[in-house]
Amino acid sequence: MSTHHVVSWKVYVAVFLALAALTVITVQVAGHDFGPLNLVVALGVAITKATLVVLYFMHARYSPRLTGIVIASSLAFFAILLFLLLTDYLSRPWPLVAAG
Amino acid sequence: MAELGAQAHGTHHPGSAGARNPLQHHFTSLEQQREASSLGMWVFIAQEVLFFGGLFAAYTVYRSTYPEAFAAGSHHLSWKVGFFNTLVLIASSLTMAMGVYSAAIGKKQRVVAFILATILLGSVFLGVKYFEYGEKIRPCFGDGPHTGCLVPGARFDASALHLEGPAAGHAQIFFSLYFAMTGLHALHMIIGVPILLLIAYWAWRGRYSPEYHTPVELVGLYWHFVDIVWIFLFPLLYLIGSH
Repeated sequence: MSTHHVVSWKVYVAVFLALAALTVITVQVAGHDFGPLNLVVALGVAITKATLVVLYFMHARYSPRLTGIVIASSLAFFAILLFLLLTDYLSRPWPLVAAG
Repeated sequence: MAELGAQAHGTHHPGSAGARNPLQHHFTSLEQQREASSLGMWVFIAQEVLFFGGLFAAYTVYRSTYPEAFAAGSHHLSWKVGFFNTLVLIASSLTMAMGVYSAAIGKKQRVVAFILATILLGSVFLGVKYFEYGEKIRPCFGDGPHTGCLVPGARFDASALHLEGPAAGHAQIFFSLYFAMTGLHALHMIIGVPILLLIAYWAWRGRYSPEYHTPVELVGLYWHFVDIVWIFLFPLLYLIGSH
């Protein structure tokens, strides 16, 4: 692989414009009530923005495969943290009511 | 980032071949050295994901437990201020990316200019944050405006949130997480600014070239990561009470 994959500055400006547009969108959709999907919509926009930053600003798209493995493993470990935590909190009577 | 400190003495003649060879003896090529440095930075960022991840996990548990208090607390935050700061921060990511790009094509002055622009935008973000914090903290000392004290603790005043009973206490959990998450994020930016200044100084001294500008790339990775954290904080803290 080539050492320096130099991306055109136009790509960065395009990514910035996309991020700004998605920021406007996330504010707009927050004004609508999608019921239980509110959080899904908000996180969907945020994940899209984060993906753009990682792929283009952080060059992950042009980086060695090992970089992708590190990124995937960090997300996997965060998923483990969240999953095990929620199995605990969602499966027990919590918050506990103080015994009078 | 070992190569940062390894070449403590800059060159007096920027851009000349007299610049120190940036290749450390234990690497076979600049490309190998660059990939090793970059990998190290990514592993650090993976650790940062879990560092912030603990707070995001706490947020998940408490928001699912006390949705009303979180919505009321979020509603009290100014989404306009958060929106403005989001735009400022992604603009700072653009200038950072342009700084790395300028280093890759060997435009020294532009590297310095773009990094200084990044610092300026980061400072605007922190300045806005300062006023945001101030209006929540000052009432706790009997100072400042109409809004009640929003620092969790004995003086916490939920009247501005229109909450009563236990929900008023639960709103303190929202503001605990608000201060912890935005505070840790702001701390990362405060740490990033002097590092950016140092890189800008070294760029100005002519240390970087299209072949070697790894420190500029690495500080860029750090800055973009901090941007990503805010991309999640903005909707999770500022926008959940809008409906």
